[in-house]
Amino acid sequence: MSETEAPARPLLELKQVTKTFGGLTVADHLDLEVNEGEIVSLIGPNGAGKTTAFNLITGLYRPDSGEIRFEGRDLVGLPPHKITQLGIARTFQTLRLFLNMTVKENVMAAAYGHTRSTVFESIFRLPRARREEREIAALAEEKLAFFGQRLAGYRHQQQAYNLSYANRRRLEIARAMGTNPKLLLLDEPAAGMNPNETLELTELIGRLRTEGGYTVLVIEHDMHVVEGISDRVVALDHGVKIAEGSYDEVATNELVIEAYLGLEGAASA
Amino acid sequence: MQTGGDIPEVPGRPDERDRRRVGVDEWVASHDERLADRAGFGKLGRWIDARVPPWARLLIFAAFAATLPLWMSRGDLFVYGIFTLIYILLGLGLNVVVGYAGLLDLGYVALFGFGAYFYALLDSPKYGLHWPSAVSIPIVVASTALLGLILGVPSRRLLGDYLAIVTLFFGQAFVVFVNAANPRNLTGGPNGLADIDPNDLFGYELVTRKQQYWFILGVVLLVLIGLYFLSESRTGRAWRALREDPLAAEAMSMPVNRLKLLAFAFGAAIAGLTGCLFAAVLTAVTSGNFALPILITIYAVVILGGIGSLTGVVIGAIVINVSFQFLAPENSQTNARILFYGAVILLLALGVKPLWRLALVLAGAVVFGLVAHAIASGISESWTNGVVVEGGRLAHVISEWVIIPTGHQRFANAAYLALIVLVLAVTRIRGWLQTALLIPTVYLTAVVWETSFVEEPAVARWILFGALLVFLMTVRPQGLLGTPRVEIV
Repeated sequence: MSETEAPARPLLELKQVTKTFGGLTVADHLDLEVNEGEIVSLIGPNGAGKTTAFNLITGLYRPDSGEIRFEGRDLVGLPPHKITQLGIARTFQTLRLFLNMTVKENVMAAAYGHTRSTVFESIFRLPRARREEREIAALAEEKLAFFGQRLAGYRHQQQAYNLSYANRRRLEIARAMGTNPKLLLLDEPAAGMNPNETLELTELIGRLRTEGGYTVLVIEHDMHVVEGISDRVVALDHGVKIAEGSYDEVATNELVIEAYLGLEGAASA
Repeated sequence: MQTGGDIPEVPGRPDERDRRRVGVDEWVASHDERLADRAGFGKLGRWIDARVPPWARLLIFAAFAATLPLWMSRGDLFVYGIFTLIYILLGLGLNVVVGYAGLLDLGYVALFGFGAYFYALLDSPKYGLHWPSAVSIPIVVASTALLGLILGVPSRRLLGDYLAIVTLFFGQAFVVFVNAANPRNLTGGPNGLADIDPNDLFGYELVTRKQQYWFILGVVLLVLIGLYFLSESRTGRAWRALREDPLAAEAMSMPVNRLKLLAFAFGAAIAGLTGCLFAAVLTAVTSGNFALPILITIYAVVILGGIGSLTGVVIGAIVINVSFQFLAPENSQTNARILFYGAVILLLALGVKPLWRLALVLAGAVVFGLVAHAIASGISESWTNGVVVEGGRLAHVISEWVIIPTGHQRFANAAYLALIVLVLAVTRIRGWLQTALLIPTVYLTAVVWETSFVEEPAVARWILFGALLVFLMTVRPQGLLGTPRVEIV
């Protein structure tokens, strides 16, 4: 991945994206750019429209107006699985693992989009099906190995519901990696983790870029994590982008402080 | 493989499942499994899953099934052998739709019927077509798959109960259609279609039961192998993923709608194939073969065996068909009686926990019966000179133990009511009184059985069957070999 030269156009580009539910505007002329090799954090108080932005990018919602481009290609109107096949994978804030499948199967299932064997080939175990099975298994092991001891060894064969909360968050990331994405959207990956685990996760997100070669867009509430990983921070409130820049710039921005603490808090801060 | 210095080592796999490990994820998460283990079936299922690899299971099944015709009579081979194989096939097809993809399809039996009727039209004197199986079966299978695809279209928008109702309507419409509302008497109405040709193996007609049995067994084995490979492929995993969470599956690059339709078509193809074999073996089809009771039985096969498990479907089909045929009206009542008393003792053995309590109840029931019998015959001969239905060594014992009166019409009903009251009491009361109450309950169960049900095996087999299912599902909701499903922890 090219970290040396800035690409001509951003990897992901949202232009004037608007989405309303009834009278509620959850994304209001939203502009967002993510360049290749970047780690961008999306912050904002609850209900600011961060997860909505993810849902718009991954095709779960269709924007009312505006443009969403990935590698220059228009994503609006594509079904979610097509968008994932193009190279955008996400995790879910509310954890939506395939609970009654094993840890390894969770990752292997995500490889559906970049494998091609037909039902016929699978039933008769024809060469391509066999080769792809081997590749998927190797891929799953490789992605799980990213998490070191946490998801290693016997855990591969455990049902996903056996995992602890933090491990489920890790498996969500591993499963998203299983789709071979270029861009990873992580929705509050540190939620529910203890300080040690949060530290470990901060380090992991860095490694996702350096070792995995992924570009990362992450929603996070934990400011230590945001500070530790972000090249750039984007703050949202009520579906509007209120600030963008380095962590220090955004963290001291008055609008951001106001959004988090309310007007009085902002005055006393 | 390592991320940094400060990550603690993960503890090894807990070697003893029963050692208390409060706060450890695995121990907490496997709580339900441990509970199920105490009921006995669980350990067996897990043992089979862990120790016997799939190919060995297949080999054991094939070896046993292949020898069946060597020692079974022609009639037995038909009702025990061939019907079980048919149920296995139907269960396997339904398992794809319900077990893998998690789509509640209640129109499944209509697809089976469609296959059978279509084969009958292609291979019977009805239109004088006698196509070779090598031609007709592929045509039928392909058309049934197409019909399944159409049936699956509502599943793009409907889930769960809603899908079930729509597909149930389809199933009922099929029965009505073949019975009455069909143009030019296409399906022969209530009389159905008769004189259907047997299947042929490239021109060689399979006319004897043994040939038919081996042919169907071959088909079953091939389908089992194919389905195993499919379930361990990208498609099988995608089906299971969409069963677990369709939204997440879609977000993880799986085309959920197409996969649902594929599951429907695939299940339908197996149903159509089974229809061809069924029609050829039976040589006649009527709408009654494809009505609701058959659907319920197929569901029972899949649910009893454990949804999603191939081994489970095979075992479920064997258990259900064999016990069902065993209790068929034309069989002697000795069968039903053995099964009934066996079930009662099994139930007591599983339910009454310390062994001495169980012994106390059984011995108490015997003594209670003998005393009651003596008192009753002391009052009047007419109270105990009723005829025990049919022979067997058991009948002699029973006539000395159970009160079977002649005359006294209301006795059977009174006993039935008393039994219900006692059963309710036993479930509410705890301790010594429960043990004491169990003794007359067991005895009264025998009385009710001998006076009311044993004479009507057609009714009795449904009751037995229902009780068996209710009991099993209570003890082990995931079926014999299914893995327990966890929704939210």
